[in-house]
Amino acid sequence: MIEFIIRRVAQAMLVLFVMTLLVFFGVHVIGNPVYIFASSECTRECLDEIMANLGLDLPIWQQYLMFLGNLAEGDLGKSFTFGVPAMSLIWERFPATLELATASLAIAVAVGLPLGLYAGMRPDSLVSRAIMGFSMLGFSVPIFWIGLIFILTFSVRLGWLPSVGRGQTVQVFGVPVSVLTRDGLAHLVMPAFTLSLIMMSMVIRLTRAGMREVLHADYIRFARASGVRERRVIGLHAMKNILIPVVTVLGMEFASVIAFAVVTESIFSWPGVGKMLIDAIAVLDRPLIVAYLIFVVVMFVTINLCVDILYSLLDPRVRVGGGGP
Amino acid sequence: MTGARLAAAHQARRRFLRGFLAVPSAAIALVVFVAMCTAALIAPWIAPQDPYDLTQVSIMDNLLPPGTEAWSGMTHWLGTDGQGRDMLSAMLYGLRISLLVGILSGLIALAIGTLVGLVAAFRGGWLDAVLMRIVDLQLSFPTILVALILLVILGRGVDKIIIALVVVQWAYFARTVRGVALVESARDYVEAARGLRLGAMRILFLHVLPNCLPTMLVIATIQMAQAISLEATLSFLGVGLPPTRPSLGLLIANGFNFLQSGRWWISVLPGVVLLVLIVSVNVLGDRMREILNPHLRR
Repeated sequence: MIEFIIRRVAQAMLVLFVMTLLVFFGVHVIGNPVYIFASSECTRECLDEIMANLGLDLPIWQQYLMFLGNLAEGDLGKSFTFGVPAMSLIWERFPATLELATASLAIAVAVGLPLGLYAGMRPDSLVSRAIMGFSMLGFSVPIFWIGLIFILTFSVRLGWLPSVGRGQTVQVFGVPVSVLTRDGLAHLVMPAFTLSLIMMSMVIRLTRAGMREVLHADYIRFARASGVRERRVIGLHAMKNILIPVVTVLGMEFASVIAFAVVTESIFSWPGVGKMLIDAIAVLDRPLIVAYLIFVVVMFVTINLCVDILYSLLDPRVRVGGGGP
Repeated sequence: MTGARLAAAHQARRRFLRGFLAVPSAAIALVVFVAMCTAALIAPWIAPQDPYDLTQVSIMDNLLPPGTEAWSGMTHWLGTDGQGRDMLSAMLYGLRISLLVGILSGLIALAIGTLVGLVAAFRGGWLDAVLMRIVDLQLSFPTILVALILLVILGRGVDKIIIALVVVQWAYFARTVRGVALVESARDYVEAARGLRLGAMRILFLHVLPNCLPTMLVIATIQMAQAISLEATLSFLGVGLPPTRPSLGLLIANGFNFLQSGRWWISVLPGVVLLVLIVSVNVLGDRMREILNPHLRR
């Protein structure tokens, strides 16, 4: 067991190292950021001075080593445009993204689970077909387009919901939260619902498949035969077994929801890390782009590592298999 | 091919087509998809104007709602955009680019993925392990993020977005083809071919590959829908295609700025076309999966 964990952690470290290489050198290929700072009457000397200030005059391998050294200390450099450490910008905006992602997860489960249960219990009914059609739409339609239709309908036409920003927030343990105010909630509904659609479709499909499988299981028949009420059979006995794959997939998908928040945040101008990334790309703020990417990579690798280790605890066969399949 | 085999292949094709059309939604999707491809192909001849020919476009005609007659006396049935371009024409040209990017990137990714998958399945050993580790690594990151980073590095352009889409797609094909090829390699006919001392390449490409084709077809269709959707999203975010050759996604993005002032047609109409395209391709893919391997359902 210990050996397995060590091997997986070593693999994760290797992936992280490779990703820092890719991200650092990849981002360094793109345009020269000096021109963002230089005014139009800037001479050659003045350009050189800016380059030296930013550390851009050093050879690239030296820049990379410096970057790695700073990274080990949790310092990802200063944002070119804001002049403050990139990491602090990310930590400042991450709560907004996290709130959006959590809210959309909650919506996906709250709406998707009942729909999936229904579709699994009556697979041939018209309503179930409509539900499955809806879930296919959720998978295939680009989410920016759905967000756009929401804005058109609820903001422009009906004027019910605001389409920009986060609204009024409340400080909870020093972190601003939108859910607790009426205004904040109104701002949150549309982006969260838009972001939840992919996950919702996934929940519907998984729940339906699980339900259809479980309903034929012996323990359900026995429960029914022994006179347990139908609501209890579905709500307790069937549910327990359906939820395992749903929870697993949602856990793994959570990180990609944060990645997809890039799109949702730019449509609704939600002040999270995704919006920050798009803005940083527009002005070629290299430290900020690199910091975001490293942040996301670390998040992904950590989540994958945790899922792997949890799996090996639950299912010992994984450990024997070791590396690939 | 002998006459009997030709006839059998013909019959199989007809059975496939009949199974396809038995479901109304699939039949409709097929008709819609073929119609869209045709419209995209002959766009230069059927479009009311060339939206990128500056002599035909007048800024005076900008932001006309659908059905308005312009100064030139031409009726814009679907309205005009911020630069006075006829929306119907712009959408036909946009559809062309969306389809081109989706199909081309899908085919290139299919070719690369198939090659990698076949080699991994057939050679096995360390090469298989390394290749599949790379595939795992790539698939553990969301496609949108990988494509976004690549396009930030590569810049804008039709070729660049195709490269980015190929990079995010090849791994799906590689993994699927490897899985199918492993199953096929264990079958008797491969054993028989080995017994005849046929070359490895010949067995791989003439015996194993044709039997992987049904699965590849299904994955390719679904991936194409994904690619079109992803391209639209990336263009909407402002990376990807250059503004000079707008795809449907870029048209939607251009219209987004006018949405708040109630000029809905500029972004909604291309969006509807995009939606219909993606949904019909997905319905086709779903139906194909049901016909070709009935036990592999979502």
